[in-house]
Amino acid sequence: MDKQGEAYWKATLGLLTKILAVWFLVSFGAGILFADMLNGIHLGGYPLGFWFAQQGSIYIFVALIFFYAKKMDQIDRKFDVHED
Amino acid sequence: MDLQTTIYLVVGLSFALYIGIAIWARAGSTSEFYVAGGGVGPRINGMATAADWMSAASFISMAGLIGYMGYGGALFLMGWTGGYVLLALLLAPYLRKFGKFTVPQFIGDRYYSQTASTVAVICLLVASLTYIIGQMTGVGVAFSRFLGVSNETGIYVGMAIVFTYAVFGGMKGITYTQVAQYVVLIFAYTVPAIFISMHLTGNPIPQLGLGGDMVGTDMSLLQKLDQIVNDLGFGKYTTALPGSELNMFVYTMSLMIGTAGLPHVIMRFFTVPSVHAARLSAGWALVFIAILYTTAPAVAAMARLNLHATVNTAVVSGGDVFAPEASLKAEERPDWMKRWEVTGLLKFEDKNGDGRIQYYNDKSKNDEFKAKAEAAGWKGSELTVNRDIIVLANPEIAMLPNWVIALVAAGGLAAALSTAAGLLLAISSAISHDLVKGVFNPNISEKGELMAGKIAMACSIVVAGYLGLNPPGFAAGTVALAFGIAASSLFPAIMMGIFSKKMNKEGAVAGMLAGLGVTLFYVFAHKGLFFIKGTEYLDLIGGANSFFGITPEAFGAIGALVNFGVAFLVDKFTKEPPEHIQHLVESVRTPRGAKAVDGSH
Repeated sequence: MDKQGEAYWKATLGLLTKILAVWFLVSFGAGILFADMLNGIHLGGYPLGFWFAQQGSIYIFVALIFFYAKKMDQIDRKFDVHED
Repeated sequence: MDLQTTIYLVVGLSFALYIGIAIWARAGSTSEFYVAGGGVGPRINGMATAADWMSAASFISMAGLIGYMGYGGALFLMGWTGGYVLLALLLAPYLRKFGKFTVPQFIGDRYYSQTASTVAVICLLVASLTYIIGQMTGVGVAFSRFLGVSNETGIYVGMAIVFTYAVFGGMKGITYTQVAQYVVLIFAYTVPAIFISMHLTGNPIPQLGLGGDMVGTDMSLLQKLDQIVNDLGFGKYTTALPGSELNMFVYTMSLMIGTAGLPHVIMRFFTVPSVHAARLSAGWALVFIAILYTTAPAVAAMARLNLHATVNTAVVSGGDVFAPEASLKAEERPDWMKRWEVTGLLKFEDKNGDGRIQYYNDKSKNDEFKAKAEAAGWKGSELTVNRDIIVLANPEIAMLPNWVIALVAAGGLAAALSTAAGLLLAISSAISHDLVKGVFNPNISEKGELMAGKIAMACSIVVAGYLGLNPPGFAAGTVALAFGIAASSLFPAIMMGIFSKKMNKEGAVAGMLAGLGVTLFYVFAHKGLFFIKGTEYLDLIGGANSFFGITPEAFGAIGALVNFGVAFLVDKFTKEPPEHIQHLVESVRTPRGAKAVDGSH
């Protein structure tokens, strides 16, 4: 793979790592591991840990995919590998 | 109009719509049959994916499970949505760039090995067939409960409907019927939820209602529910865990990985025109899925509250739940209870002979509660509630109009039929493309392959119908098995094929077999060899859930870990893949040059 290609792949992996970190934090983190702790805080009638597990993580998943699609478009263009 | 006529009318209209689409969308080429011509827009594909994905289990069973499990039910919510993040980031765009018709074809080409592709075909067939049994029984259940026909008749009608659009239309027919089915099922799911949320909390948006206050009080709905279930001896709703926290963690992970690895979902991303569209489409799919998945927990909690409030009048007023007059008089029980008793989903048995219904947790470990229940003369919980009732009878429990009940019937059928069709396509294309064209007759003409595809589809429908009519004794556990197989075999193989240039065929095949083997070994230990009763071998692995308390349903993630581990180990000691394969991986990683999906081997 040429230098340009390597840099493109590195940028892609960097983005994936960041997004998957958030993915993990909101579901496995806030929704499971720290749910008990977060339940002390309330979001309206929702205990926060419960909210992350049954509502919040899903909203954030949706946002993450659109964020990914947008950022990948930028990376594709930057390294000139985008589709026509 | 009476209830039965309304249901026939609404379900009949929805079927007429699907058949109309079938006539309009016939497949004339293999490209139309396998990938709907490859020009489906990201939003339409997202909607079709959502219907493809949301099965009878999502529509009928999930809210009931969550209502029963409380907080811990979140493992289904997070597991079955979080998988889309993995699918969008790790698989879908790259498989779209690869640009071939099927998942086994990617594995076969990437690992330059017929063995790898055959192993993938077997995994795909087992995962899809086990999954489809649940859909066919779901069709039978929905028909018999709502339309008053037998289970068998229901399955025959369901088969006939799927036949018209799946055999003649292939992916093209399936795609556009799935869009229609999504619309039907999402209305059917959200309309009752809106009514109920409005009734209990005054807020028409269920997602907000669940976090709102009970009408006329300043107590939140969840707080109220926690108190009610506590009064009746159940675990606290907002914190109740299924098994250990570790098990919930691993279970969620297994469902996520399994979701991303299920071939009938991955295939949908071959129908979009570009890599860019594949990424966006995953986002849209999750938007459409999230509408149902964020409504489900509201339906779960509100239906649970309604059910307790119906049976014991003291739970809402905050009075003494043990007072004799608080329990519902059996002869005054509402009509919907009687209706559902006929189906066997609801059972009432007057254990203490007081003519009233007590519904509580008779297995409570709280001694104080048990003493009180005993003092009140309660001799065990007298109501057995099948969890599916939470969705199916929800409109009746909440006293909603007849057309809403009819809508739920059409929605349940739409959910089951759309998923069945997607699975059937995955099965038939693996047979006609990967086996017939890939292995037995590589020189088959396009016309011949299209015919082979249609015949394979027709045969798959018959097999699925047979399995639905004669569900093997293990039907209940099968969906979990499908996720276990997808998670432990297909997902790691595809992911390594993209993210590791050096992964070779020896590593991939060994990994798939090891992941699948260890998962099946653990599942069979609990459920019997090939689910045959009496062949369990729990002693051999040291008792039930012996691996850190992880249940067999949750084991897929461990299987995936084993797959990755074995693959890298074997890869280290065998020779690296040929140059042209490493170039193939490089080309899969870059979007430029994405062509229309085709089937050349």
